[in-house]
Amino acid sequence: MKYVNEFREPEKAAALSKQITQLCNQLNKPLKLMEVCGGHTHSIFKYGIEDILPPNLELIHGPGCPVCVMPKGRLDDAIAISQNHNVILATFGDTMRVPGSTTNLLQAKATGADIRMVYSPLDSLQIARDNPDKEIVFFALGFETTAPSTALTILQAAAENITNFSMFSNHVLVIPALQALLDNPDLQLDGFIGPGHVSMVIGTEAYQFIAQKYHKPIVISGFEPLDILQSIWMILQQLVENRCEVENQYNRLVEPAGNLVALQAMNQVFAVRENFDWRGLGEIPESGLKIRNEYAQFDAEEKFIIPNLKVADHKACKCGEILKGVLKPWECKVFGTACTPETPIGSCMVSSEGACAAYYKYGRLSAISKKAEKVALSKLAIL
Amino acid sequence: MCLGIPGQIIEISDINHKLAIVNIAGVKRQINIACIINEQHPPEKCIGDWVLVHVGFAMNRINEQEAAETLKLLEELATAQAQI
Repeated sequence: MKYVNEFREPEKAAALSKQITQLCNQLNKPLKLMEVCGGHTHSIFKYGIEDILPPNLELIHGPGCPVCVMPKGRLDDAIAISQNHNVILATFGDTMRVPGSTTNLLQAKATGADIRMVYSPLDSLQIARDNPDKEIVFFALGFETTAPSTALTILQAAAENITNFSMFSNHVLVIPALQALLDNPDLQLDGFIGPGHVSMVIGTEAYQFIAQKYHKPIVISGFEPLDILQSIWMILQQLVENRCEVENQYNRLVEPAGNLVALQAMNQVFAVRENFDWRGLGEIPESGLKIRNEYAQFDAEEKFIIPNLKVADHKACKCGEILKGVLKPWECKVFGTACTPETPIGSCMVSSEGACAAYYKYGRLSAISKKAEKVALSKLAIL
Repeated sequence: MCLGIPGQIIEISDINHKLAIVNIAGVKRQINIACIINEQHPPEKCIGDWVLVHVGFAMNRINEQEAAETLKLLEELATAQAQI
């Protein structure tokens, strides 16, 4: 497949792995890089990238999985909307098994709510056209990659004057989350693998503060194994040369200014919320998107009564610490025992982009223990 | 969530709604192309374009020259490693 297979060649991956090892040996200290995006987390596990990295280089899995950072309260709100008479709730498949405080969307569907999985927000608009006697609500979530598509769907609904359609917006923004992570003293990072598809929309300039204010290198990366390995190599190259810059490995898709049409649609439809609650990170100022007053007729929060309650996470669940990169999934007591992809307690076990689900599915727990041993030995060697 | 997949536009199916047919590894699907069209690049010029498809939208065109540059650099890195 064009633009995919070329970026998966094992020989080139092996060569990059050796180059990365050489750079890590030059740096001669424990290194922590965070991949922000859940798509990167998934690729890293799927292709076994951690297995070909040197022991003193650790990847921290960041909060860039919209399903994982959605608080239980918002899920409860979506379920509450679905309970309204005459409502069809349309949603991406990722959300179906995310635990709310007592139930999830799949269980709500099983008990009679009309909840439908769609591939695109445009499909939910088609459901509205096909069911003029029903109220269709699209459960919108995702970062800046997804927000333009939901914005364009609302603009389409407005153009066609479709009155039985609205959205429950849970869109979140990457930059405030990164800011919150960088301000967290618990988290010591040496660099960032930047989110490729978010950057395709917002561009590369938005990340300058990471290099200039926090003095961390960041490389915007594609999602294929060679993309990720090359991005790691570029970050290490910066560290060796004592540079902190925003670099773009994914320039086949990411332009410095981003996608102006997508940004314009987003800005036309959405306004930034004063605060938004993130699972594991708490309230982050100006980190969520709400529908502007001009489009209030398409805002489910205006159309329906929503409980809007804050719900604490399960006490045993360590998703919060895992999302911040403070703990690894296997350090959570319920990982792989009470909490599995079939019976998730925390949302990091639900989405294929969640760190817990990735560790569970692609495991290599024996490799992890060996790696932990190597890391401990390399730390001793440095001392 | 932010997954995207490369595909090639093979047909404009509904110019008024900015819809096109994309071929993704043999699978054909209708997508919205609003994010990749402007005055310089109207819908009719999109046929043959490689785009990144995400949740039913073409989010951006894939720059063939930049992809070739990246692959060239990867080739050079691999060659340099082989000579060590």
